[in-house]
Amino acid sequence: MLARPPVRSKSKSGKTLLEPASRKSRRTYQPPRLVVSVTPGRDHIAGPVNAPLTLVEYGDFQCPYCGDAYPEVKQVQTVLDSKLRFVYRHFPMTNVHEYAMLAAEISEAAAAQGRFWEMHDFLFEHQDTIGDPGQAFAFADSLGLDIQRMQLEVAQHVYQDRIREDFLGGVRSGVNGTPTFYVNGVRHDGEPVAESLIEALTSTH
Amino acid sequence: MKSTPDQKVSLDELRGQPLIMAFYPADWSPVCTDQLSLYAMVMPEFKKYGANLVAISVDNVWSHIAFAKDRKLNFPLLSDFEPKGKVSQKFGAYDYKIGESMRALFVLDEKGVVRWSYLSPYGVNPGADGILSALEQLKGPTPENTNRELESASASTG
Repeated sequence: MLARPPVRSKSKSGKTLLEPASRKSRRTYQPPRLVVSVTPGRDHIAGPVNAPLTLVEYGDFQCPYCGDAYPEVKQVQTVLDSKLRFVYRHFPMTNVHEYAMLAAEISEAAAAQGRFWEMHDFLFEHQDTIGDPGQAFAFADSLGLDIQRMQLEVAQHVYQDRIREDFLGGVRSGVNGTPTFYVNGVRHDGEPVAESLIEALTSTH
Repeated sequence: MKSTPDQKVSLDELRGQPLIMAFYPADWSPVCTDQLSLYAMVMPEFKKYGANLVAISVDNVWSHIAFAKDRKLNFPLLSDFEPKGKVSQKFGAYDYKIGESMRALFVLDEKGVVRWSYLSPYGVNPGADGILSALEQLKGPTPENTNRELESASASTG
């Protein structure tokens, strides 16, 4: 598919006049690229840190489409195994999902105690009870985490800056909704299903 | 163009600040919903550049009102309804076959000159990255900004 190249107007009167796009500037559509590279130590990475294939998801724990994509990602991980590192970044659509930020904060509070992925999985597997943080804290308790510390950190919004940083990095990378996936650094405009993701991951490498 | 049943907005009124114009095919279609919800959340970033945003489709104002309320959109939805698609056509952002605006983005400077535009491929939601880069380029150093910086610098030393 072709995208129209930028059209500029140089009208002296300051009116918005459009000139037909010149042939020279016509170019093939290129999906946006991830502008914030994967950073071990900051990013949540599942799989070998130096794996040859990288899948990055910008997700929202309350988003039903992210919930649908969750088992798809699991399947991608199973198939590609140690060839893949999967990175999850926050993109809470707070104006439409009232619990998205809270859930992201809870996951970060679990991450602070080394259990991000357990909480990530729990939240996606229990999206129907996302409005009741007690469920997530009870789960954290069952993992043996210090839930008083987690509750305090969530109440004080200790991790909101970090979550907002993920969000803004996503915006600059062309995240256009949730979930948005990047396959080896390039936005995946195809379906967020295992087959399509695996095909993209193994063909672009 | 109408923004509410009894209010009209003209592009001339929006001069003086950068303006983002987002043409989109229709209220309620799922892709648009994501695009405009995203812009509502990125609004604080747009505001850092002093920019206003208007979104434009051929839907009527009543549909716009219901849609904006439902999605908590914090910017005006303008109705390019009568004569249908006139503004979209002027910007080369009208799909005559379907009778809807195309998914096109424009960034205008404070004088109302188009400085950046983008037409998204059919079915692809363009995100906000291009808009932010365009606003960044617009900002560049201007004599006004420099003066203001000097003033604040002298104020802090004096």
